[in-house]
Amino acid sequence: MTANSAEEWGRLMAAAQAGDGAAYARLLREILPYIRAIARRHHAAPDRLEDVVQDVLLTIHRVRHTYDPARPFSAWLGAIAHRRSVDALRRKARTEAAETFSPIAYETYADPAANKDISAHEDNAVLVEAIAALPPGQRQAVELLRLKEMSLAEASAASGQSVGALKVSLHRAIRALQRVLGGRVGE
Amino acid sequence: MDETEGLIARLTEGLQPVKRLPSPGIRASLWLGLVALLGAIIVFGFSDLAMFVRRISDPKLALELTGTLLTGILAVVAAFELSLPDRPLTWALLPAPSFVLWLGSSGYSCWRHWLVRGVGHFEAGEGADCFLWIVAFGVPLAVSLFVVLRKAHPLSPGPVAAMAGLGVASLAAFLLQFFHPFDVTFIDLGLHLAAVATVIVLVRAAARPGLNAG
Repeated sequence: MTANSAEEWGRLMAAAQAGDGAAYARLLREILPYIRAIARRHHAAPDRLEDVVQDVLLTIHRVRHTYDPARPFSAWLGAIAHRRSVDALRRKARTEAAETFSPIAYETYADPAANKDISAHEDNAVLVEAIAALPPGQRQAVELLRLKEMSLAEASAASGQSVGALKVSLHRAIRALQRVLGGRVGE
Repeated sequence: MDETEGLIARLTEGLQPVKRLPSPGIRASLWLGLVALLGAIIVFGFSDLAMFVRRISDPKLALELTGTLLTGILAVVAAFELSLPDRPLTWALLPAPSFVLWLGSSGYSCWRHWLVRGVGHFEAGEGADCFLWIVAFGVPLAVSLFVVLRKAHPLSPGPVAAMAGLGVASLAAFLLQFFHPFDVTFIDLGLHLAAVATVIVLVRAAARPGLNAG
């Protein structure tokens, strides 16, 4: 990022605050490499990296009214990208602390043929009932991310929940379903 | 990558103008002005001002009150600054000097009181009322401050809440002095600080649902 591009980004954001969608789209596309560079310092996996980038974009969108054109845009953007990257890292650590990788479970359930002994019909009824019993936020996360197979960003836009909140809701929902179904549900 | 491009398209489509947040200094001044108005109504309506004027002639108390009031004001200013994404955490140090002044002057008063009266006057009866005052006055103030602070959707609610808690508890402790017809003892000071800590803990506990940007 050069000083000129940072100044230009500040002007584009000021235009975005005034409702200029074209300026906003140009800004968001131009800052992507900068956000990815910050996120990459904390997250190596490409899929997680892109989740963090999308979370940063959503946060920028939500707090865009806090940008003051009299102040440097790069500091504002850098703080948001860094903060969201660290938040994602903490969420990852929390999730991993609460989960155990089980190769046996993977071998048993990854191959669809391995599931032929399970009574699909009976399981579906129990699963539908268990999903219906979840709290609304968790149920919505399961429906959007697993049943409708939306991406995190799509589900976030559809539900109004942040990417982070959706991940937490999904994680809790899966844990609740695992308790009900006796460990037959995987994330 | 395609998902990110899709997200950008959705965020920018039909973009509406947003009202830029006024500077934190202006927002803090407005909130503090309203609290000053409320405080003036309470002080002029219910306190014994003649007693207060007699007490304030003591330079130790004047120093203590200055420290308390400045801590309240500067902590609130720090909370507004920290609620914005690009403000460094060093803003949390803003009320530190006045807090030290408050503690130092109160501690000196306590020590003098101890020398003159001895340990027999260390009852906590009045101090317990002070504790309740600071908590009872600080919590509603904190709620009103949350309403204003959450407009910025703070990315790190913890430090913002800690400064907000310190600010409202200090302002409550300042107002308390108008209804406090005696010098503080160590027990009083301990209970004042416990009340301030209680408000900070309560406010921090409420920070995630109350302030978080999600």
